[in-house]
Amino acid sequence: MSPSDTPENTTAPGVDGVVAENAEDGLIVFDKVVKRFGDLTVLDHLDFSVAPGERVTLIGPSGSGKTTILRLLMTLEKVTEGRIWVDGEPFSHMPRGNGMAPANEGYLRARRKRIGMVFQQFNLFPNMSVRKNIMEAPVHVLGIGKDEASQRAEELLELVGLGDKIDAHPTQLSGGQQQRVAIARALAMRPEILLLDEVTSALDPELVAGVLDVLREVAETTDITMLCVTHEMGFARDVSHRVLMFDQGRIAEEGPPDQIFGDPREERTKSFLKSVLENGH
Amino acid sequence: MNDSAPMIWDFEFTFDVMPSLLGGLWVTVQLTLIGYTIALVLGLLIAIVRRAPVIGAIVHFVMEFIRTTPLIIQVVFVFFLLPASLNVPLLGPVPITAFTVGVTVLGIHYAAYTAEVYRSGIEGVAQGQWEAARALSLPTGRTWGAVVLPQAIRKVIPALGNYLIAMFKDTPLLFAIGVAELLTRAQRVGSESFRMTEAMTMVGFLFLVVSIPSAILIRRLEKRYVAV
Amino acid sequence: MEFLQWFLEFLQVQLPRYLDGAWITIQLTFAGAVLAFVLAMVFGIMGSTRPWILRAITTVYVEVFRGIAALVVMFWIVYALPDMTGYELDPMFAAILALGLNVGAYGAEVVRAALNAVPKAQVEATVALNLSWFQRMRLVVVPQAWAQMLPTFGNLIIELMKASAVVYLVGILDLTAVAREVRSGTGETLAAFAIAFVFYYLIAQVLIFGMRLLERRANVKLGRIPPSGGGLMGLLRPPSVGTRVGVAK
Repeated sequence: MSPSDTPENTTAPGVDGVVAENAEDGLIVFDKVVKRFGDLTVLDHLDFSVAPGERVTLIGPSGSGKTTILRLLMTLEKVTEGRIWVDGEPFSHMPRGNGMAPANEGYLRARRKRIGMVFQQFNLFPNMSVRKNIMEAPVHVLGIGKDEASQRAEELLELVGLGDKIDAHPTQLSGGQQQRVAIARALAMRPEILLLDEVTSALDPELVAGVLDVLREVAETTDITMLCVTHEMGFARDVSHRVLMFDQGRIAEEGPPDQIFGDPREERTKSFLKSVLENGH
Repeated sequence: MNDSAPMIWDFEFTFDVMPSLLGGLWVTVQLTLIGYTIALVLGLLIAIVRRAPVIGAIVHFVMEFIRTTPLIIQVVFVFFLLPASLNVPLLGPVPITAFTVGVTVLGIHYAAYTAEVYRSGIEGVAQGQWEAARALSLPTGRTWGAVVLPQAIRKVIPALGNYLIAMFKDTPLLFAIGVAELLTRAQRVGSESFRMTEAMTMVGFLFLVVSIPSAILIRRLEKRYVAV
Repeated sequence: MEFLQWFLEFLQVQLPRYLDGAWITIQLTFAGAVLAFVLAMVFGIMGSTRPWILRAITTVYVEVFRGIAALVVMFWIVYALPDMTGYELDPMFAAILALGLNVGAYGAEVVRAALNAVPKAQVEATVALNLSWFQRMRLVVVPQAWAQMLPTFGNLIIELMKASAVVYLVGILDLTAVAREVRSGTGETLAAFAIAFVFYYLIAQVLIFGMRLLERRANVKLGRIPPSGGGLMGLLRPPSVGTRVGVAK
């Protein structure tokens, strides 16, 4: 029988049944989150949650709000309405008196230390060597000793396959190499949650595989919770537990990757997947 | 003598010396406008001459020299160097005043800067424009006057405007040779009456009253022309 | 030949005085530049922050001290300040203060613009690594803005050196004062001033060269030019002072 016959399945539980129904259960919980830029509503009363260790891929046409979700979690944007919770604690807001107030910088700094992000354009610091790029935050933010941080940088670079580039300058590296350094930099902060924002979109096609291999390895060898915005459907299928299809600031469809890619139910998902395939991604 | 005790602002004195200070401000404005005219015309000539092979290199060095040495010592030097009056045929002896020296040196000094501005504008004119002018067999004068300069100057108007304000703010240097501009007058009335606080503060105030609105105006111009 | 011999003798007699004057000019330039640099950094950084009150303070400082020439500020400190407070500042200190305040105001604008020009993505990367505001400025934003500040700083330090010539008006024995004294002592206007002009020119050339070295180092650090590119001779290309649009003066 088809699972879609049962009403529970309209909320599409993810693999291993890890979807949380309320704020207490999920590592990340979005509670009726609205994000507007001027008149444009990017996220429209969005509810979803991510379980610890879950790897979720966000897909959908550009402008559907996927990247905004990552940016909200990285505190690069503020919610317009609604709340975000991380690990049972308010994230977008902080307790004040009996109620909640928008989180201030001090509060955010304490919350976001468990979150790391890799950007589409790598955003390596051009004023530092590769080693420094990876070391600086552990040394200054986590207070790790320089020798230890430097050694950790070497290990991480080995992991991403760039052990020989440790003293190179970022501008001497290819885009794919820069992105692998950026992944090492994010991992150096030992994040519990890793946000990947179209990390291969800015790369030449022949460099994409190297970056994805590194991320596959990270997914297989760690239990880091990952939120991934990508157009690499093969990669999404391999590593994610659950896929969310976004359209116009809402979740159009969600489910395990095999179902979303193999047997999409929503017309919008079908046409989106078709257009991605046709564009050669 | 001045007992150098803290004193209270004297409004009556301020009011009394205002006409003299405003007269000084008027001299300052005259110096700026005349000096600026010299700088605009001379700077353009220099920018064109600089393109010539040998003379150009010499002119470039002289301009560099003017730009890297202080305006005030240039003014004082020229003032000392020139005689008090010059015998002009038909007119007889014409006195060389501090005002004349001041405004001329000011103009020449700033021409060294405006020349660079013009140069950047001229270099910004596309090579194709020169070639088009040649293709039409335009004479050199027309090429410059009708094709190159109108395009070059339009682009550098905001930069030139900045030097107008800069020059206005540099006029107090002519105090060094006693030109009766704002600072000179304020120093005079202030030391006569031992009321330097009022006199000097008013100088600063009057400079701001002129330079801040002009700066805003230039910024507007900048937006308008850079957008093109 | 005769003139040359006469001039060399003149130079030999007067040179020590010019060297003393040049030393004063160099001291003024250096001290004024240090003060200007500190003010430029403090006000420039304040001007790039979000709180409106900090930006307003920067705007007031910048507009007031860019709007009034260093000479006027120096006269105000030397003549008006003692009347108001009863304290008299050492002329040298007053001169350094006036020069620093004036050039610092121009510098603050340069710093502010350079900081704002650092790509937003770089700031976002520092947020993702959870750097504090102070760490972000010190480790990422200021080092990256530095290369953009330097060329204009180079022009400003030349302007400061030139502006320092006004100090002879409050009795400081700088190069210009020496030129005037030598002239009144010998009656040789041309020679007396020519030597001073050459000194000023040479000091400016040294400053230009030094600033180029700093610029090059900054660009190497940002990976914009290879470490060995151009060689030292590359720094000796014809200088062009004061040609940056609208900021040099």
